Amino acid sequence: MGERTIIPFGPQHPVLPEPLHLDLILEDEKVVGAVPSIGFVHRGLEKLVEKRDFHEMMYVIERVCGICSFIHGQGYVQTIEGIFGLEIPDRAKFLRTIWAELSRVHSHLLWLGLMADAYGFESLFMHCWRVREKVLDIFEETTGGRVIFSVCKVGGVWKDIDNETLKRIVEVLNVVEQESKALTDVFIKDFTVQKRTRGVGVLSYQDAIDVGAVGPTLRGSGVAMDLRKLGYAAYGELNFEPIVEKDGDCYARTIVRVRELYQSIDLIRQCVSKIPDGEIEVKVKGNPKGEYVSRLEQPRGQVVYYGRANGTKYLERFRVRTPTFANIPALLKMLPGADLADVPLLALTIDPCISCTER
Amino acid sequence: MAFNVIGKTVMKSLFGKPATAMYPVIKNEFYPNTRGNIEVAIDKCNFCGLCSRRCPAGAIEVSKPDKKWEIDRTRCIVCNFCVQVCARDSLSTQRHYTVPMTDKSKRISTSYGQTVQEDA
Ligand code: SF4
Ligand code: SF4
Repeated sequence: MGERTIIPFGPQHPVLPEPLHLDLILEDEKVVGAVPSIGFVHRGLEKLVEKRDFHEMMYVIERVCGICSFIHGQGYVQTIEGIFGLEIPDRAKFLRTIWAELSRVHSHLLWLGLMADAYGFESLFMHCWRVREKVLDIFEETTGGRVIFSVCKVGGVWKDIDNETLKRIVEVLNVVEQESKALTDVFIKDFTVQKRTRGVGVLSYQDAIDVGAVGPTLRGSGVAMDLRKLGYAAYGELNFEPIVEKDGDCYARTIVRVRELYQSIDLIRQCVSKIPDGEIEVKVKGNPKGEYVSRLEQPRGQVVYYGRANGTKYLERFRVRTPTFANIPALLKMLPGADLADVPLLALTIDPCISCTER
Repeated sequence: MAFNVIGKTVMKSLFGKPATAMYPVIKNEFYPNTRGNIEVAIDKCNFCGLCSRRCPAGAIEVSKPDKKWEIDRTRCIVCNFCVQVCARDSLSTQRHYTVPMTDKSKRISTSYGQTVQEDA
């Protein structure tokens, strides 16, 4: 048995600019255990519901995360609509789905870039982000913001996308798909890349279920669970299957995300071909009263919102359980037995979004 | 095969257009939808204070007696909510972002109205 050392990992830019901190217990170069700590950037956004009315709160909740900002907003309004028992127009549902899937495309491209960066493949990283830029331009054109869209509202959406723009979005996505193919081939086929990812940080099927992993981390271990299958927004009318890989290693998790990228592009195409005409919002009257839980699939996995309202314009309680929080135990399962040099890679494969976790 | 891919990539990089924008020689074009600087058309405003009450960031201050409309540019998160709640359409987002500043005293921009119009 080698000598034991403890190495702090993070919170300053451990592998990506997220304040994740791990105390790694090492035996020589092998990790035998890890103690995580988070809480470096706690902002207390959940507490703000007592001071901002439920319409304004949408803009605050969106800022929980800078990557899945849209899906946070969507989850929040879905919760409030659930309390009201509101049924929103179909067109609004499809628009939300389109923006949510575009978010997934941009998030996965961002992640693929970061992954390439983590094993030192700088040019691949830049190419991934170059492709992603096209998606951000679509956001700016349709919503007005590149990162924070502020386009959801309780009862629908603020902005419509006309059918011509929708067609153009599909055209842009065709280019994105084509350009991504060349990049994702590297992740799938490159020998050196596979050397870093294959067989590293295996999370078994049973472990993934036991620790309650979510999202691509869970699906990479062979569990076919995708909350979009619940059929919220317009997902009920779309045709897709959860993407599953069996191996549970870094490679499998990468492949899940690569395939989801194309799946999302396909879903947007389906949305554009099926989107009905009509209203994009319904009037909201009065204040909410009651409680509701809504669950959505973010690029990083399942996110849970709980809201309780007491009939005033301020909510009583709002809670967000973000996917990264659920995936940290999974990370701790992967770490023991890994090399120190693989730790950044492993931390990255759960796609950590710590500021999201700390709200 | 691999040589082909590399060859293509090299050719593209050598002879293709640069992927980056030539800023600041060529300025970025904004879309009609782009949410930028919040602007007030002060002659339309009746200082009802709705925007200031609804602003999630508490960036706007309105004073009816002084006919004053004031925004703290560094507080504003450009969420567009004030534009949407203003019943008199006096607010709009411009198609450029707020200019970055290093002098904190410049963060507040104030507009004074001439006449207070009664709500018709
Ligand atoms: S800008 Fe609009 S909402 Fe704000 S005080 Fe003037 S009229 Fe009222
Ligand atoms: S855009 Fe949003 S944050 Fe800025 S002043 Fe208007 S309501 Fe306030």
